[in-house]
Amino acid sequence: MSIHLHNIAKHFGTTQALEPINLDIHEGELVGLLGPSGSGKTTLLRIIAGLENADRTAQPSKILFGDRDVTNVHVRDRRIGFVFQHYALFRHMSVYDNVAFGLTVLSRKRRPSSGEIRARVFRLLEMVKLEHLANRYPAQLSGGQQQRVSLARALAVEPEVLLLDEPFGALDAKVRQELRRWLRHLHDEFNFTSVFVTHDQEEALELSDRVVVMSNGRIEQIDTPDELYREPKNRFVFEFLGDVNHLEGKVTNGVLTCGDAYWHVDLPDGHEELLLRPHEVRLTEQPTSESHLPVTITAISPVGAEVRVELEADWLAQPWLATVRHTDFEHLALRRGQRLFAHPRHWRRFPKAESKATEQSRVA
Amino acid sequence: MSQLASWRTGSTRVLPGFGLSMGISVLFISLVLLLPITGLFGQLAELSFAEYWAIITEGRVVASYMVTIGAAAVAAIINAIFGLLLAWVLVRYDFPGKRLLDALMDLPFALPTAVAGITLATLYASSGWMGGLLEPLGFQVAYTWVGIALAMAFTSIPFVVRTVQPVLEDMPVEVDEAAMSLGATDGVAFRRVILPHIWPALVTGTGLAFVRSLGEFGAIIFIAGNMPYETEITALMIFVKLQEYDYAGASAIASVVLFVSLALLLAINIWQGRFVRRLHGGKG
Repeated sequence: MSIHLHNIAKHFGTTQALEPINLDIHEGELVGLLGPSGSGKTTLLRIIAGLENADRTAQPSKILFGDRDVTNVHVRDRRIGFVFQHYALFRHMSVYDNVAFGLTVLSRKRRPSSGEIRARVFRLLEMVKLEHLANRYPAQLSGGQQQRVSLARALAVEPEVLLLDEPFGALDAKVRQELRRWLRHLHDEFNFTSVFVTHDQEEALELSDRVVVMSNGRIEQIDTPDELYREPKNRFVFEFLGDVNHLEGKVTNGVLTCGDAYWHVDLPDGHEELLLRPHEVRLTEQPTSESHLPVTITAISPVGAEVRVELEADWLAQPWLATVRHTDFEHLALRRGQRLFAHPRHWRRFPKAESKATEQSRVA
Repeated sequence: MSQLASWRTGSTRVLPGFGLSMGISVLFISLVLLLPITGLFGQLAELSFAEYWAIITEGRVVASYMVTIGAAAVAAIINAIFGLLLAWVLVRYDFPGKRLLDALMDLPFALPTAVAGITLATLYASSGWMGGLLEPLGFQVAYTWVGIALAMAFTSIPFVVRTVQPVLEDMPVEVDEAAMSLGATDGVAFRRVILPHIWPALVTGTGLAFVRSLGEFGAIIFIAGNMPYETEITALMIFVKLQEYDYAGASAIASVVLFVSLALLLAINIWQGRFVRRLHGGKG
């Protein structure tokens, strides 16, 4: 079931939580709403669910599920599944009763027989691998298990749209990773349309078909994770999607200078701020004719596939972060306090007036 | 268990002040609670069992039990319904004057019961505002058991409100939203999700209100009319015995009230413990 949002805005008191937003989500898509807290992502999700109403403005707002206009339909009749960050399980009911709830509250005409309800609940519990805990109470389960119950409960009513509000936010890293993979799998298998909210860029990029990046109640960019990472439309998106190093200085005759550091760039004269990712910084023992950016290593963290190195210098307002391959790390024999030279491989700039980004790569 | 074990093995406790605070607590309970109760049983010792039985089963006294329990039960049910409603309104909605209404809830506790009794009696007597309105319609409130129930309801409503309110506050709104997103109507959501959640608190609050009503005296005697066999409450019977300097007789009747109240409170506590254990995964 596709979702079309037209002219959705929301005020809380005098603050504008959402500026008028248009958004199309295709059938069967898994879309992540990504943004810092206060960006309006949860408000948007709750408006799609019908837990919150959009402002009534001069231009009417519209929410369509497929061809069905649900703008004025109550949440209970929208046929959605909603998963809450803190599970919101019914604590006085067993796991089985929690999952069966949506089926047992159906009107007598539409309610399946008790045998069928039982079969369906157990099929769902099997799917979330919790059939052995059917008689437990929520308080007896771990956070990850509770969130799986909550998912099974939402899926029991066979919703056309599944909405998840920071579903893994309250769980620890390992469980989160496992549940992400598992949600992706469920989504592909059952082919419903899903929208989830997260403030974790890694989660959004890993899980979504498309990501909607939001800030201050506005949509900044809608793209596939790949395009989003490679071609951020503006500075906010670029900075939000990962670690960023800043290089600020004055360009004269194609040379950017900043204190005792300088660097040949192909830019017109003037004040410039260039941004680069940690993996776009190369470290060497000698300066080149192209650049002279002396730095000192202040911290080394050899965790994961790459070594993260923190760099400081007089000409830097904020320390830089560079990622180095383990082989290079050993080759350069990096240690804290060592003085090296940084060479940008690739950089971006986002002029304040234009929204278009300029980038430049150089073969290092 | 673990406390006992550590006590025996002599290991030191991390939390300070156990000896002092426990000692003072025990002393306080002994002076304020246990000593008067012991005194009560001391009085009872003057009676043989046959005398005791005769006093507590005398016709007029038994009639007073009926009036007291009947009126207290009606008052408790009224309080359960309206107390729940008040708690709901105070927790779920924002409106001007909310803090004032919240503070007003404690008024029955703060007001001397005799003041409440006199106020209610003048209000509902046939010459009073309410009485003047109701009596032509055929409703006699003052000097009937309806008046007794009304006085009881007035003095004990904070018990229900104040026990249900925190539990309702503790219940996340998301639970309610989850029920609705699964298609539950407001009625179903209330009956199957909200009510079970606050049920233990509601029963406890209603039980406390009932027990309190059993012993209420000051607020009731002015409005009750105190007609033997009809509108005499048990507390009044105790008072009458005292006026006759029959301390043993007064103690005998008082002991009945005491036993009934204690048994009820104990039953509620045990029942609630079982319920809470289930909600908290066998830990509570």
